[in-house]
Amino acid sequence: MSEEPIIRLVNVSKDYDGTEALKNINLYIRKNEFLTLLGPSGCGKTTTLRIIAGFEQPDTGEVFFEGKNITNIPPYKRKVNTVFQRYALFPHMNVAENIAFGLTIKKMDKKTIDKKVAEMLELVNLKGFEKRYVDSLSGGQQQRVAIARALINEPEVLLLDEPLGALDLKLRKGMQIELKKIHKYLGITFVYVTHDQEEALTMSDTIVVMKDGTIQQIGTPEMIYNEPKNAFVADFIGESNIVPGRMIKDNLVYFAGREFKCVDGGFGDNEEVDVVVRPEDIKLVSEEQGMLQGKVESVTFKGVHYEMMVRSAGYEWMIHSTLMEPVGTRIGISILPNDIHIMKKVSTK
Amino acid sequence: MKKTWYSYPYLVWMAIFIVVPFLLLLFYSFTASTDQGIVFTLDHVKRLWDPIYLMVLLRSINLALICTIICLIVGYPVSLILASKEYSSNKVLALLFVIPMWINFLLRTYAWMTLLEKDGLVYTILEFLHIPNTQLLYTDQAVVLGMVYNFLPFMVLPIYSVLTKMDKHIIEAAEDLGANYITVLRRIIIPLSLPGVISGITMVFMPAVTTFIISRLLGGGHYILVGNLIEQQFMVVGDWNFGSAISFVLMVVILISMGIMRKYDKEYEGGAIW
Ligand SMILES: Nc1ncnc2c1ncn2[C@@H]1O[C@H](COP(=O)(O)OP(=O)(O)OP(=O)(O)O)[C@@H](O)[C@H]1O
Ligand SMILES: [Mg+2]
Repeated sequence: MSEEPIIRLVNVSKDYDGTEALKNINLYIRKNEFLTLLGPSGCGKTTTLRIIAGFEQPDTGEVFFEGKNITNIPPYKRKVNTVFQRYALFPHMNVAENIAFGLTIKKMDKKTIDKKVAEMLELVNLKGFEKRYVDSLSGGQQQRVAIARALINEPEVLLLDEPLGALDLKLRKGMQIELKKIHKYLGITFVYVTHDQEEALTMSDTIVVMKDGTIQQIGTPEMIYNEPKNAFVADFIGESNIVPGRMIKDNLVYFAGREFKCVDGGFGDNEEVDVVVRPEDIKLVSEEQGMLQGKVESVTFKGVHYEMMVRSAGYEWMIHSTLMEPVGTRIGISILPNDIHIMKKVSTK
Repeated sequence: MKKTWYSYPYLVWMAIFIVVPFLLLLFYSFTASTDQGIVFTLDHVKRLWDPIYLMVLLRSINLALICTIICLIVGYPVSLILASKEYSSNKVLALLFVIPMWINFLLRTYAWMTLLEKDGLVYTILEFLHIPNTQLLYTDQAVVLGMVYNFLPFMVLPIYSVLTKMDKHIIEAAEDLGANYITVLRRIIIPLSLPGVISGITMVFMPAVTTFIISRLLGGGHYILVGNLIEQQFMVVGDWNFGSAISFVLMVVILISMGIMRKYDKEYEGGAIW
């Protein structure tokens, strides 16, 4: 791609009195993509984000924004906004004042501000919460305020540091969908930090796998999943079944010759997708009860569980289960909506 | 609230050193011993309604207010510097600020007397700068100086502690949204540090309005504040009733000012120390 990357980190290193948080990072972030920094705790994800936002100065190396060197530009002059992990809302302001903060600094007139705040509240599904104080909100609601507060400034790049880290699984799923919708709707660049590989796989255009302050691999979710560059990446991403599918609408997906309920959304109707199912999430049931029918091809004992390969609907399914079915048995398999993970399809060039 | 045995020593302490003295104060303020025995009276409190005494009370409040304002103007930036990134890791500066508090209050005030007196250090420096014959000691300014010097740490410490506990991410969030340092200060740091400011104001104003040592030493014998007036009634005149009555009125004045502060503080989330 010849297009100028919106953000470029060149040979960036950062040292906190002895701990090398980042070791010579080189990273290109393309305009409008959803890029995820993925890695275990302490690998330098937050540090990378803080260098892009301007809260931290790299010891060596440069940061470019649309081709301009911004290494020494203070945060308040950068065209990026951050959603902090712990929300960092202003406790002495209500929801509307929090969201309006960036615009009041730009001295925008009150009418425009009110209009934009209303739009933002609509976008993050918080209509009617204007006057509420932020400490009376639930975690998920606070997170939405934080997102709205950042987005109202119409940043070119939105940085999100584990924005869903403090939420429970169900809320997390819901917010993932909403974030993807917002990304698509606004068409801006998202730089997302998470240590949850599933979240990274389902949400991103590009994943950057990090470890100990270095980048292990950069690629699309499919590339990272199918062709992990090294054992660390392979291990970190984990084993899964991936089959092609099609989103019929939110929460309904077609693959392996039938429709499945799922909990993902934010894709276009009838968009081609990849469906990921972890081997341990496939349940073995009787043939009549199964959503899909198939035949056990092979069985391997793996210590705690059995690994069975089942041929069904034209695919080889890897199944992990503590119960064993002998080779040749005809069985049914069943997958719960929660266990179906939808991945954006990589554009085939 | 559940009371447990280990709170009893504290309750006993409170009873002996707070409740009993307070009851005695009330008793002396509103009673007189006449031929008919002890009777209730408002005479002592009414006696204070005399221009001479009112002037003393007003002057005390006035000086205490000036002292509090100066402490705030000086103390807030000092707290900001102490709590800033550059110094918060380095406790030396904060320590330097606290060390004078370890020196006896009287000694510190006597030290100022020698500094300010005729032919003292400050006097000599002023003379050297061709500002001769300035009366330094035994003036309003000297009293305010002594108060500010002695009470400044009581302003700085609560503000400093609120500032250091402030979530740094909130400040970063404001910067991230386009606020420069001045705006962050005005819209985030100052509003969020108000509980500390209010504690500081309280902790400076209260001792300042009741002080009698500073006004005696730096204001000279002729200089009377309400603290001196009370001390005189007890130690010199021996009129415990009138002394108690003044103390009582002063207490009411302080309570009212606390109430006003507190009402103001309530509009923000409170965390002050009373
Ligand atoms: N302010 C700091 N002072 C000293 N060391 C720091 C500081 N911030 C981060 N580090 C260190 O730098 C390394 C990278 O930290 P960073 O916060 O970037 O990790 P992370 O990938 O965001 O981890 P997590 O997923 O736990 O948030 C860690 O070893 C951390 O201890
Ligand atoms: Mg982090």
